[in-house]
Amino acid sequence: MSALLKIEGISKRFRGLLAVDKVSFEVPQGGIHAVIGPNGAGKTTLFNMIAGVHAPDGGAITFAGERIDGLAPNQVCQRGIGRTFQIVRPFPALSVEDNVIVGALMHRRDVTAARAHAHEVMRRLDLYDKRAQRAASMTLPDRKRLEVARALATDPKLLLLDEVMAGLRPTETDRIVGILRDLNRDTGLTILLIEHVMRAVMALAQQIVVLHHGANIAEGAPTDVVRDKAVIDSYLGAEAVA
Amino acid sequence: MLARLTEGLSGRALILLAVLLVVLAAAPFFAGDYLLTVLILILYFAYVGQAWNIMMGFAGQLSLGHALYVGLGAYTAAALYVHYGIGPWIGLLVAMPIAALAGAFIGYLAFRFKVGGVYFAILTIAFAEFARVGFDHLPFTKGSSGLFLPVAQFKHNDLWHLRGQPVMFYYVLLVATVAAFIGCRALLQSRIGYFWLAIREDEEAARSAGIDTFRYKMIAVVISAAMTSFAGVIYAFYYNNLFPEQVFHISRSIEIILGPIVGGVGTLFGPILGAFVLTGLAESLTEGLHAIGIDIPGAKQVFYGICLLFVIMALPDGVWPWVKRRLGLSERAP
Amino acid sequence: MPFDIYLNVAVGGILTGLVYGLMALGLSVIFGVVRVVNFAHGEMMTVAMYIAVTLFSAFHLDPLVMLLPIAAVLGVFGYALQASLINPFITRPEHSQFLLLVAVAIIMVNILLIVFGPDAQNVQVSYAYDSYQIGPLIVDATKAYAAVAALVVAAALFCFFQYTTLGTAIRACADNYHGALVVGLDVKHLYALTFALGAACVGAAGVMLALIVDVTPSIGPAYTLLAFIIVITGGLGSMPGALIGGVLIGLTEAMAGLLFTPSAKSMFSFAILVLVLLFRPQGILGKKVA
Repeated sequence: MSALLKIEGISKRFRGLLAVDKVSFEVPQGGIHAVIGPNGAGKTTLFNMIAGVHAPDGGAITFAGERIDGLAPNQVCQRGIGRTFQIVRPFPALSVEDNVIVGALMHRRDVTAARAHAHEVMRRLDLYDKRAQRAASMTLPDRKRLEVARALATDPKLLLLDEVMAGLRPTETDRIVGILRDLNRDTGLTILLIEHVMRAVMALAQQIVVLHHGANIAEGAPTDVVRDKAVIDSYLGAEAVA
Repeated sequence: MLARLTEGLSGRALILLAVLLVVLAAAPFFAGDYLLTVLILILYFAYVGQAWNIMMGFAGQLSLGHALYVGLGAYTAAALYVHYGIGPWIGLLVAMPIAALAGAFIGYLAFRFKVGGVYFAILTIAFAEFARVGFDHLPFTKGSSGLFLPVAQFKHNDLWHLRGQPVMFYYVLLVATVAAFIGCRALLQSRIGYFWLAIREDEEAARSAGIDTFRYKMIAVVISAAMTSFAGVIYAFYYNNLFPEQVFHISRSIEIILGPIVGGVGTLFGPILGAFVLTGLAESLTEGLHAIGIDIPGAKQVFYGICLLFVIMALPDGVWPWVKRRLGLSERAP
Repeated sequence: MPFDIYLNVAVGGILTGLVYGLMALGLSVIFGVVRVVNFAHGEMMTVAMYIAVTLFSAFHLDPLVMLLPIAAVLGVFGYALQASLINPFITRPEHSQFLLLVAVAIIMVNILLIVFGPDAQNVQVSYAYDSYQIGPLIVDATKAYAAVAALVVAAALFCFFQYTTLGTAIRACADNYHGALVVGLDVKHLYALTFALGAACVGAAGVMLALIVDVTPSIGPAYTLLAFIIVITGGLGSMPGALIGGVLIGLTEAMAGLLFTPSAKSMFSFAILVLVLLFRPQGILGKKVA
């Protein structure tokens, strides 16, 4: 498998605080990888660098063979990376359908075609029956799925998911895990997710990267990573291994 | 084409629209001179309000200086007519690019940074004021002493030169207002419209959904400015005199945006309804106060201000969404 | 023209600019904390000017003596305005807030017009034509007093925000609205207090400006705009920035009035605004944004 996303030694400093410190890893085409780590470990900053919100201070991000570090968020999206936000931000006054259409219009000029694609995506994410509802009036689990739907509608090759399971009940979590796994299997979508819900991480990820104080302290298959002493000490705590 | 136009409108809405259009088209046959001038004012504000609404209601950019584009349109067409005898419709072809260019420049200055709406708003006022002072000192347009179009008693209406009686201006503005309404509806249902709404709702989320927000904000300001300049051309040929102090004054800009805000920002019918409500309010205050013998300068404006306060407090989303609920109409929620 | 004319005009512009700066400071404080752009700012200043003019012509009360009482009156007005009308609009979109304050401004201007009529009025204090000679420099007494008073008021405000508990609480509100709510601050009261402070600032500026310029009911919008330009030039949210912006704009207007024509002087303020936005969009003393 060739690497779809290749991150080489990227760093980011905010007013003297080193948020991300020379992190490197790769995500292969069609893979599902997870980034875990305690709060403040630099996970969201890492995502924001990939998505183009921040330019890294050093290092390189290569996506599908092209350097993307320093590009604007919309340029990154146009190249095939969709993202969700940790704190969901759908377009509140727009309907579910219109939210998803906005994403679908990224690679479609025609509104009718975009609507058809949006319907397809909404069906996949169990949102079709709620398509006329205003985003602002939806429950959190629905808004989280809407956020995924909007990103998915842009036809990404890589989907960046920033804590989409946080705050959800286990049944909701399992529902999203199922949806993501199907997507990965059916369409070959590559997924990189930040997650605290270990249940979801263990069920989904083929490979885990552990960040601590901005640095990559462990990397490997889920079963190996959760036994790693450094990971247990810094993040998981001994009881998680049971 | 017709199917596209009426898509998403209920039968009831279509009937109401048709009735309104017929009433407006027939109005000059019933209305007296006074009522006709009021209707002209209403259509003028409905049109510029629609143009302004593209910026604020669709793309979420608060422009407080639309008098700039009205003034540029008015002065361009009037100066071409006075100096070179070039008619208003050809003048419009010059006025629109000039206004669009001014809008693009302001947009470029403001949108390059993510510093937010206030900067853009202030910049738009500043440019309108800049133009006001500038035109005061511009000999080509006769500076502060005013630019006058030749006036004569017109026996017949010359549409090509826009020389004629109020009823001609009424119909020109009616056509423009209807065209603006249809045009804005088409824009809102297009790719650009979706992107505008996304930017209005959440600019950062819009960027991460792949939208080049700078580009689409620029498109909004350019279209809005060009559209507004047409109202300026009509203004110049209807009033036949232009003073920078009046045309570019900040209170002109404020008048333009009160209608759509009162009517309902971001709705297609809000600017039209707002123009009716506010112009109607202003005229009835004038008449009412006169009738009860209050002729103090400023009294009308105080009441007007108080009415504005009540409207914005009672109906924060504007009058149209409220009326729409009352009428039982539904539309795609913009 | 001899050099000392330039110097005198420049100094006059700087002194007037300090008063502008105080006016802009009021706007900056309100925006920085309440996040509402006070579109009635110039109108509030006009009200203060009329109070000063009326007190002088009716009771011969010197504006400099009445500075604090008038500022206090404006402060009370500001508190009431925020507490009654603006607080419910805090979470509303910008255009709603704009319409609200425009309505307030329209009402204020026209009440002034009804009460005072459209003619220009001014304050003719006994020292109106006094001046101080310092070497080649001739400084108008009124401008000098006004500038000193502006500096004193600005310094007092600065100390209030830096060194008092209340000032710190208000700054906490500005930094983090929800955080302030969570730690139990009465945010609405603090917002009203902030608006009161901003209004008092612009009130004090108005009293001093009444010494320097004539007042008519309709001058409000021009000063509102001037305050905006100064705040953006100096840096939104920076208190020293507002004063420096005021001095820069005051100086520019004075020199433009001397070198070109007084009626075109505001064009030069706009030019400065555009230059600032082109080359230093965060303002002279503003923090870098993204």
